[in-house]
Amino acid sequence: MVTWPILSVTTFLPVLGALLIYLSRGDDEIAQRNSRWIALWTTIVVFAISLIMVWRFDASSTAFQFVEKTPWLGQAINYHMGVDGISLPFVILTTALMPFCILASWKSITVRVREYMMAFLVLETLMIGTFSALDLVLFYLFFEGGLIPMFLIIGVWGGPRRVYASFKFFLYTLLGSVLMLLAIMALYWNAGTTDIPTLMKTAVPRGLQTWAWLAFFASFAVKMPMWPVHTWLPDAHVEAPTAGSVILAAILLKMGGYGFLRFSLPMFPLASHDFAPLVFSLSAIAIVYTSLVALMQEDIKKLIAYSSVAHMGFVTMGIFAGTTQGIAGGIFQMISHGIVSGALFLCVGVVYDRLHTREIAAYGGLVNRMPIYALVFLVFTMANVGLPGTSGFVGEFLTLLGTFKVSVATATAATLGVILSAGYALWLYRKVVFGVLDKPQLAGIKDMTFREGLILFPLVFLTILFGIYPKPVLDMSAASVQQIVDNYARAVTAVKAAAVLQ
Amino acid sequence: MIQAIVFLPLIGALVAGAIAIYGAHARNPSGDEMEHGDHGHGAHAHASDAHVHDDHGHDDHGPIEPPAAGSRAAEIITTALLLIAAGLSWVVLVDVGFLKHDARVVLFSWINSGDLNVNWTLRVDTLTAVMLVVVNTVSSLVHLYSIGYMNEDPNRPRFMAYLSLFTFAMLMLVTADNLVQLFFGWEGVGLASYLLIGFWFRKPSANAAAIKAFVVNRVGDFGFALGIFAIFMLVGSTDFDTIFGAAPGLTGKTINFLGWNADALTLTCLLLFMGAMGKSAQFLLHTWLPDAMEGPTPVSALIHAATMVTAGVFMVARLSPLFELAPNAQAVVMLFGASTAFFAATIGLVQNDIKRIIAYSTCSQLGYMFVAMGAGAYSVGMFHLFTHAFFKALLFLGAGSVIHAMHHEQDIRNMGGLKDRIPFTYIVMTIGTLALTGFPLTAGYFSKDAIIESAFVAHNPFALYGFLMTVVAALLTSFYSWRLVFKTFHGEPHDHHHYEQAHESPLTMLVPLGVLAAGSILAGFPFKELFTGHGVGEFFRDSIKNKPDILEEMHHVPALVAYSPTIMMIVGFVVAWLFYIRRPYLPVELANQHQGLYKFLLNKWYFDELYEIIFVRPAKWLGRFLWKKGDGFVIDGFGPDGVSARVLDVTRNVVKLQTGYLYHYAFAMLVGVAGLITWFIFGAGAR
Repeated sequence: MVTWPILSVTTFLPVLGALLIYLSRGDDEIAQRNSRWIALWTTIVVFAISLIMVWRFDASSTAFQFVEKTPWLGQAINYHMGVDGISLPFVILTTALMPFCILASWKSITVRVREYMMAFLVLETLMIGTFSALDLVLFYLFFEGGLIPMFLIIGVWGGPRRVYASFKFFLYTLLGSVLMLLAIMALYWNAGTTDIPTLMKTAVPRGLQTWAWLAFFASFAVKMPMWPVHTWLPDAHVEAPTAGSVILAAILLKMGGYGFLRFSLPMFPLASHDFAPLVFSLSAIAIVYTSLVALMQEDIKKLIAYSSVAHMGFVTMGIFAGTTQGIAGGIFQMISHGIVSGALFLCVGVVYDRLHTREIAAYGGLVNRMPIYALVFLVFTMANVGLPGTSGFVGEFLTLLGTFKVSVATATAATLGVILSAGYALWLYRKVVFGVLDKPQLAGIKDMTFREGLILFPLVFLTILFGIYPKPVLDMSAASVQQIVDNYARAVTAVKAAAVLQ
Repeated sequence: MIQAIVFLPLIGALVAGAIAIYGAHARNPSGDEMEHGDHGHGAHAHASDAHVHDDHGHDDHGPIEPPAAGSRAAEIITTALLLIAAGLSWVVLVDVGFLKHDARVVLFSWINSGDLNVNWTLRVDTLTAVMLVVVNTVSSLVHLYSIGYMNEDPNRPRFMAYLSLFTFAMLMLVTADNLVQLFFGWEGVGLASYLLIGFWFRKPSANAAAIKAFVVNRVGDFGFALGIFAIFMLVGSTDFDTIFGAAPGLTGKTINFLGWNADALTLTCLLLFMGAMGKSAQFLLHTWLPDAMEGPTPVSALIHAATMVTAGVFMVARLSPLFELAPNAQAVVMLFGASTAFFAATIGLVQNDIKRIIAYSTCSQLGYMFVAMGAGAYSVGMFHLFTHAFFKALLFLGAGSVIHAMHHEQDIRNMGGLKDRIPFTYIVMTIGTLALTGFPLTAGYFSKDAIIESAFVAHNPFALYGFLMTVVAALLTSFYSWRLVFKTFHGEPHDHHHYEQAHESPLTMLVPLGVLAAGSILAGFPFKELFTGHGVGEFFRDSIKNKPDILEEMHHVPALVAYSPTIMMIVGFVVAWLFYIRRPYLPVELANQHQGLYKFLLNKWYFDELYEIIFVRPAKWLGRFLWKKGDGFVIDGFGPDGVSARVLDVTRNVVKLQTGYLYHYAFAMLVGVAGLITWFIFGAGAR
């Protein structure tokens, strides 16, 4: 077994890096450079350590691994950390994307560089913590705390309407988090503990299930975001700096899906079953609605943001289908979307750094001067469209396959998204990349640099690798997914059998 | 060997792609600074002109661009690899078709989740072997032809890479052993088609056509995907053998599909057929194919005539054990096939773009193939697919040769008299036309007659309709084909400038034409027994499941039925001759007398306009409406903006906006946590 607390090290090493940056005072050129390098090396080391976890992880076990448990607050609340097949992929996604975010901010951030890097490192800690916390209070702290650095990143380094965007963000999340807090208290009242593994085995009374499910749903649905509480996302994305958008799309959105998998389905299976039609409806509406809206966007980032909402619709649909393919597909879709949408925002960042506009109409004909960029962008566009052979396909396909068995209508409506996504994604690609390069302000644009290639090529590789060989991700979560599905099915059938007996 | 056939084109695509991207990168340097120091905002637009040091930079002027480095190497590598693959394909055809060495090569696993188990597998049976031969033969010839045809294009490595990528995707499609891999190839060829139609990316019309092709195909794929889900729900697998094994047990089962209690097999087959309709440009989903002619002509020959568009036919043939159990679905297949055969031919009558005429002809011939599929004579449909690949590729490449000679003139009204200038092209085009119209003993004669016979004997509600439509379409086919030949090669030249300059194409283009011309004659008789005669059972074995006895019944049709296509061919030829050689004023008068009909046909039955009104515009309107009204007015208005307006009223003078919310939030959270902890401690203490 592991002799050192690998999970805590992974979680808190970024804070240590932030502390180091904080200690290296000064705001001159050298201090800025140092803070960049410290941040980069910290995130790389954290990634390397998280890979050790992958190596030592036993995918055949459904139990939590690398568990650490020490008393913390009072008698009831422990510092309890651990990962299973559901959470480990997200931990790795987080640690893997962070170095790219630091690299993407290398040149575009010029003011308050130290604070920026610190915000990102703290954010990394909080994100990893969210995915590995095994105590409700601890989870809540990480989950809600993660919003503060994100807030700062949008509010300080964001675009012109950053105040409006952060305010919107705040209003949406506030409501959800208050309700979730109430639900946490109710759960404690019921079981006498906030320990997640214990709670997962504790049957929750039907009435409480309904209310707790709704309270958690309020919080997670905003995070996902699901229709109709999605409108903060386009604004937040548009105003956030590139790396902020990447983290927002790639990881923060996944916390909602993770929450559904960790809490809603295992702890409140009956409520989940009761509310599945609601989730199906919202998901199907989200997919069609936001895809249509994406068709009409004039801002590149907004278009990608709306397409993110549509893709998250596949995730919620798959998760609440409660089938193996649906849930496995949901997890895979989240990982894939993390890579692809993150990469798409990085792609936008590449041209934004050169031209300082996100207007689609300001671009056109980039392929004439940026052939490598055109190729890279094409790969991610196709992944966004869900072309087989890219990771985008596997997730969409599995969620739809898993949902069709449960609700034909939902799957059919969701499949319409396949047509619409081709519409908006190809339209964007055509407007930005194809055509004649006749806009005078574009005449001097140059192709991607080595640094930008270093960021995007690994993501191209992963997108295609997981498209033709998704096994590493699917296998990592297979056992845990099966456990969720079995428990869910058992709980639902038990109630149905009881209903028949009466 | 099968791995070599499938993956050699992929290697070619990667090598040529690497050459293309390397060359493009060399000409367009990296850098995150703009070329001129002022970040290129519009005000300094002239700055780019002032800098003359970068003479490669302004390659948006097209023709002055130098050819990409390594063009020759890319051409030779891709073409050589394809020729090898084509040679091996014929070996496989003999090995599998006659020596009965079916093969199944499992490469590695793809998607595994619960009971879903999808592997990358190469399946080779006779059906696949036939397709391998078609795809690789035509593809290798098109590769060779492109060396000559694309000679002046600066982006040849990229073109060759796309062609090879397409071939790879098509091979994955035909060697698929499960529906998901079939779907991979299906969408893969769609991607290659998208890239190749939009190859000349500076042309707005090419970009529009590329997107249209992809999106319309996606409409079909919507059905295809649902069909896969339905099959998985019914059978629990996507492997062909498992599906076919379980299919007989599915008769009589129903699925509740959007409130409609549908027969499971019929519904599944119809959904899958929707995919076939998109890919094979059948009636209602055909609109992308004529527009796809924006791509370079070799692409039209390879993708939009010989191979990709026949994928739908191949899919139905592959799933013949399923369709055989769903007679209602078969009826629909025949209905759409027959309608397409007729409808596309009518449009072909009046078009003036040489490539569009052939494109509508392709559409119509694909309809023929589906008629055979609907009749249950799958091997007959495959026969037409096989022969059609040769003569239609020949016609397209011949048209390319004409266009090449005429300096990119495509309007047949500006041609005429070319037979003396480009005699070789004239001869091979005539051979292709003879085969297409079903002149006795050419390839098309055997396959088309067989289809019409199969429609006649089919036990199908639409059998008579199918028969009549295909016979009428044979007449129309003959007319528009000869019209094309007469207007292009006979009569007086209409554009003397181009006429004088017209020259025969280089050898790299003529050799493929010669080979395909030979194929257009030889692909018929020697294979007749294997596809339509007594050899079918031995040749195809389990790879196709024909309706029992249909081939036997076809041999006993009345003589009039058997001769009807030949009669139609002669009538069509005579009318075309009368119209365009003997009395050239007749068609003009006819068009004037029947303005309405003429306009209707010339505008392609107004399908593009119709779709614009019922799909495109409403989608855009709805998108804008949902964005501005739904998101903007309703959700934001009653949600955050409304609330924030109230909050702002209260707090405007109290809190600094800039940072206030963050602290609010952090404060709220901390208060919450503090409350929670306090409550825990006291709560726990109270127990």
